[in-house]
Amino acid sequence: MKNTIRDRIKANKSKQSSQNYMEIIMPKVFLLMASISILVTAGIIYTLMRETVMFFSEVSFTEFITGTEWYPFFGNDPSYGIWPLLSGTFTIALIAMLVAIPIGLAAAIYLSEYASDEKRKVLKPVLEVLAGVPTVVYGLFALTFVTPLLQTFMNDLPIFNALSPGIVVGIMIIPQITSLSQEAMNAVPQSIRDGAYALGATRLEVALKIVIPGSFSGIVSSLVLGLSRAIGETMIVSTAAGSTPNLGFTPTESIQTMTSYIVQVSMGDATFGSTIYYSIYAVGMTLFVFTLTMNILANHVSRRYREVY
Amino acid sequence: MKNKIVSPNEKQISRRITKNKLARGVFFTGTLFGMVVLAALLIRIFTQGIGYLDFEFLTNFASRRPEDAGIKAAIMGTVWIMSITIPVSLILGVGTSIYLEEYAPKNKLTRFIELNLANLAGVPSVVFGLLGLTVFVRLLEMGRSILAGGLTMSLLILPVIVVASKEAIRSIPQEQYEAAYAMGATKWQIIRTVVLPAATPGILTGAILSLSRGVGETASLLMIGAMTFIAYTPTGFLDGFTVLPIQIFSWASRPQAEFQAVAAAGSIVLLIILIVMNSLAILIRNKYSKRY
Repeated sequence: MKNTIRDRIKANKSKQSSQNYMEIIMPKVFLLMASISILVTAGIIYTLMRETVMFFSEVSFTEFITGTEWYPFFGNDPSYGIWPLLSGTFTIALIAMLVAIPIGLAAAIYLSEYASDEKRKVLKPVLEVLAGVPTVVYGLFALTFVTPLLQTFMNDLPIFNALSPGIVVGIMIIPQITSLSQEAMNAVPQSIRDGAYALGATRLEVALKIVIPGSFSGIVSSLVLGLSRAIGETMIVSTAAGSTPNLGFTPTESIQTMTSYIVQVSMGDATFGSTIYYSIYAVGMTLFVFTLTMNILANHVSRRYREVY
Repeated sequence: MKNKIVSPNEKQISRRITKNKLARGVFFTGTLFGMVVLAALLIRIFTQGIGYLDFEFLTNFASRRPEDAGIKAAIMGTVWIMSITIPVSLILGVGTSIYLEEYAPKNKLTRFIELNLANLAGVPSVVFGLLGLTVFVRLLEMGRSILAGGLTMSLLILPVIVVASKEAIRSIPQEQYEAAYAMGATKWQIIRTVVLPAATPGILTGAILSLSRGVGETASLLMIGAMTFIAYTPTGFLDGFTVLPIQIFSWASRPQAEFQAVAAAGSIVLLIILIVMNSLAILIRNKYSKRY
């Protein structure tokens, strides 16, 4: 047995040196992993940029941002004007926000100001379930339930229209708006509410005059985030809105959004290197710029204009 | 000087109280709306799809006849995709959050990484699809394969896993660190023996929740895998694939009502998988969550 003290010290030292080695190497490994996220963003921007540049070597930039016709599949004379896709996207987003803002905020106010703890414990998880339903199931729901339902009121509503997916996109973003707004409302200190109650205010007055002004930045930022999700939503629109680029606000007609155009082309095996293939990157770039701007805006609003208590 | 006591204006007060009650009703209706829609959705999908849901539905491949159609390829595709996504996204996500919570100095790089992650979480999944299509499918020549799909999915859910893991790590009380430091532990020893064991339930909960988002994710995988007709189970990472949501979408976009019913049957299976995953997450959270 070599169990002399000298051996032990030796063993201990070699153990320690391997430990020191780990101390030096692990932070670098973790930094490397953290850098991957930057790499992903760089990758997104690089791929979008590169292929978008290819697109604009074939289609003029002015045509893309001013053109009012989007007919990429017209063999001899395709036209690439982004406006019909933008108007389709914003038609969906507008309908969605019309549904989601009143309902989402009403639910947020109820959960934050009116509901008892027990009620909140039941209601909040149900809303979270609503947030967990996959978008493709929402799409099926829009196509086979909401559209026929709307058709009983509006006889000449076509199967593919903007109204039904718009409403369903709105339903999809309700949980997000509700939970983010409610979080903002919760941050308003109870003491201020109690002050108002002591002066005889009703719950409604407290909600409208104290809680909402106090959490306004958080509410606005939740709405902007919701809008950004509505713009980026893909499957509901691809399933139920059809694929007809349509300029103007036409909720009762088939439309095409930026996202559903990208899906349509990438599914249809567009020849690699064709103008149509590059066009999805130009559209994707536009979509990316829009959603990124909104996310940054939401972040800015919630940080810059926050009431600090 | 008049010293009149203002008598309470009862009319005004009762009006304010009525208003409050009305508003309460309106807000409650708004809250209920979500539940009603959820119920309608579940009932609708269930009644529509139940007729096609039997054992053969799980063991058959997709078919041109709705009564023979099944989701075997789709289920196997989801399993294969997840077998790449789970390790890649977990290792990268947990590594990133350990760096940000334990090592990162408060400098511009750290702030940039955090801001960048927050923005990545808001990028639409089609844009991740474009990234995957260019980088994995074309540039790295993986083709429309499971590997390309799984890696794209990993990047897609990475921000969500990072947020969840960071929260789990942050909830470990400072005293635990101090106790370990007092025993002479080094930073890496603390991470290995204190941080990771304590944060594992939180990380697992967050990871399962984000993976369940991945299971339902359609747009990006649709762009990678395309809507090809797949009547085989994959045998390797470079095979083509289809996953449950893609299969549902491809049935839903057919004009025949029968196929839409088949899509509903697929949706039932998808919803059941998600419910199981979510319950598992809640179970882990309740069983292992410690209050310090």
